[in-house]
Amino acid sequence: MKGIRLRILKDRAFKFAIYLLSLLSLTPLFLIMFYTFRKGLKAINLQFLTHLPKPVGVEGGGISNAIVGTFLLVTIASAISIPVGVWAGIYLSENKRSWISEFLRITVDILQAIPSIVIGIIAYLWVVKPMGRFSALSGGIALAIMMLPIVVRNTEEVLRLIPPYLKEASLALGVPYHRTIIKVIIPAGIPGIVSGILLGISRIAGETAPLLFTAFGNQFMNWNIMKPVNALPLLIFNYAMSPYDEWKRLAWGASVVLILLVLAGNIISRMVAKKWKVQF
Amino acid sequence: MESTILKTENLSAYYGEVKVLKSISLSFAENKVTAILGPSGCGKSTFIRCLNRMHELVDGAKVEGRVLLRGQDVYSMESTIVRRKIGMVFQKPNPFPTMSIYDNVIAGYKLNSIKLKKTEADEIVEGSLKKAALWDEVKNYLHKKGTFLSGGQQQRLCIARALAMKPEVLLLDEPTSALDPKATAKIEELMEELKKTVTIVLVTHNIGQASRISDYTAFLYLGELVEFGPTQKVFTVPRDKRTEEYLIGKIG
Amino acid sequence: MKGKRAFKLSLIIAVLIVAIIFFAAAISLTLGSLPALKEFGWKFFFSKEWDPVSDRFGALPFLVGTLLTSFLALIISLPLSLSISILLGEYMKNGRFSSTVKSLVDLIAAVPSVIYGFWGLEVLVPFVRNLEIKFGIVPYGVGIFTASLILSFMIIPNTASLAREVIELVPGDLKEAAYSLGATRYEVIKKVTLPYARSGILAGILLSLGRALGETMAVTMVIGNNNNIPKNLFYPANTMASVIANEFTEATGDIYYSSLIAIGFALFLVTALFGILGRYIINKTTIKIAK
Repeated sequence: MKGIRLRILKDRAFKFAIYLLSLLSLTPLFLIMFYTFRKGLKAINLQFLTHLPKPVGVEGGGISNAIVGTFLLVTIASAISIPVGVWAGIYLSENKRSWISEFLRITVDILQAIPSIVIGIIAYLWVVKPMGRFSALSGGIALAIMMLPIVVRNTEEVLRLIPPYLKEASLALGVPYHRTIIKVIIPAGIPGIVSGILLGISRIAGETAPLLFTAFGNQFMNWNIMKPVNALPLLIFNYAMSPYDEWKRLAWGASVVLILLVLAGNIISRMVAKKWKVQF
Repeated sequence: MESTILKTENLSAYYGEVKVLKSISLSFAENKVTAILGPSGCGKSTFIRCLNRMHELVDGAKVEGRVLLRGQDVYSMESTIVRRKIGMVFQKPNPFPTMSIYDNVIAGYKLNSIKLKKTEADEIVEGSLKKAALWDEVKNYLHKKGTFLSGGQQQRLCIARALAMKPEVLLLDEPTSALDPKATAKIEELMEELKKTVTIVLVTHNIGQASRISDYTAFLYLGELVEFGPTQKVFTVPRDKRTEEYLIGKIG
Repeated sequence: MKGKRAFKLSLIIAVLIVAIIFFAAAISLTLGSLPALKEFGWKFFFSKEWDPVSDRFGALPFLVGTLLTSFLALIISLPLSLSISILLGEYMKNGRFSSTVKSLVDLIAAVPSVIYGFWGLEVLVPFVRNLEIKFGIVPYGVGIFTASLILSFMIIPNTASLAREVIELVPGDLKEAAYSLGATRYEVIKKVTLPYARSGILAGILLSLGRALGETMAVTMVIGNNNNIPKNLFYPANTMASVIANEFTEATGDIYYSSLIAIGFALFLVTALFGILGRYIINKTTIKIAK
């Protein structure tokens, strides 16, 4: 029975290979996370979070302007993409088969596939060029374009999962269609919709490329959305590429802050979906 | 003397090109229970959905003929107003999962932004829940969400919700087919009291249920109204052969 | 009913806004590329001369850079992502360990690319440089190879998630039939599961490829910023995305600027195509499996 022994050997070898390769796939993740946290955690303290970056060569300094900038950009992007995205998602879930819906879904797919740097170019052409300067607004708009497809698809999926008898119950009480959607269907979908929005926010908070020539970066604190603004990913990029150890130290600290932010967003998103889950 | 509160004249309904109801003319007596009986697919659900204009919500659905509520053509009125005057309870209990029991009962008002004073609302909630024989079981839990209730309780909540709108007619679409025998019995008990304040149209495929609680019975088969009359008469001396065959279990 | 009409109108407006964003984006990119395309014609994509001083631009080096890094990354990542998907789809379907692994794969996708780039710069580049010294290659450290390494890791989740889903959907009774004929697990996977999941895996590969083509930050930070066609895989280079990242803010003159936009436009077209293709295959696959 040599044939069988060989086959069993192959089977075992395959299983081993699968486990090994899988471990190999995950190893870089551990390496990167450990390295980042090792280098970055020691940079974080209260001063780090509340001060501005100092000029080259001077010790200390912080990333406060980047934190504020990221916050501004995410807010602008959300303000634009959430209303438009949720509403478009409602349309798609209420008009499943119309040609407009099909067309919109393809459009959203394409928007999602566009590289983030190209979206940066688009925002540059639309906002920076006419305005004549870089601004948080243009950065926010770039991020909004990136967040929009995520919100649209997520909203559509969530609303599709709501059983049709909920709508029927409301309509049978003489509630008009639009109120049924707004007061019954959407509230039932809120956990899923919010969860998707949080994921979208986590995604765009870490994007650098669209900000390179829109928000551009700023050494100082800036709350004015018409002016350039710093952001966590921008700071990391600029300081990482610099030759100064002090700046690199700040960049590692900022990396830890950014990863924690993204992780928090993902975890909260999952918690929202679970805890607020509507029982049907 | 009984008066007719609701009647249909040559009511036909279509799904696209397919004619599922063939020219049905039927009258419903006020404050009585009329059962619509028939095998699956005979069109009973479609029929009552034409009464409260739910049928037209389906893509490609069409209606011909007239439905008159106290002489007024229901299809010439605002559909939302029709549905407040003719309430509906569905086969699968569907309380609103995001609302408390209290809010569920007055959902019709809340969703339509009809302002109620707290005392008015309390009265309506208590009154409707009592009429649906649910008050005693939930009066201490009014502000909990309705999803913890059993199937039978949820269905009575849906009945209360429909009753809160003070409809003239209540349509029940196989209200007990998803419930266990005990819950079914409870709901059947309700009907006797309930019909004093509202006219009831009950769709059912359960012959026993129809004979137990209805005053009149209409037998539908393949989209046609085959027979109609006082329940006892229809059950003991059916005029049409098809009715007889259905009652003895030969068809359906 | 006024309320109903207003509501339906608001929905249509939202849809229009999304459509307008898309069309305006396409139009802006087209218009922005026109000056360069008019000046150089289609030869723009085949010329390797990138000279801001004499205002002559050709995108060939960047196409080469993009293609090399993307395909190399794909080749490296494929066995890795397939392994994970087979692991999660066959050997470890449920349980705590399984969800931990799934979360870790999601984590790979969630880490911002600039952090990959930073780590690549500080750790991977010196590592590759040492390797190059050992093998007697010019020790740039940066270059196509390093960029492909980082990229290959980043695109693992794209194929892994989709392939795993499709593998999980392979009907149990098909596999049971094979087992009952005496096949080993390996044989079932090789002859039943993978062929059945073929199109889903293909869709996953397309998604990974699309992602690789457009990836900017990590690649920019380790590829070495060289505007010539690399002599070999260990040479510094630039990709379509990285040259835009590096030079857009310094572009002077309409032609320079328009050339960069033209490169962006080309990226837009290619990734859009991949997006549609991937989605098409996914839809066909899910329909087939649903049957």
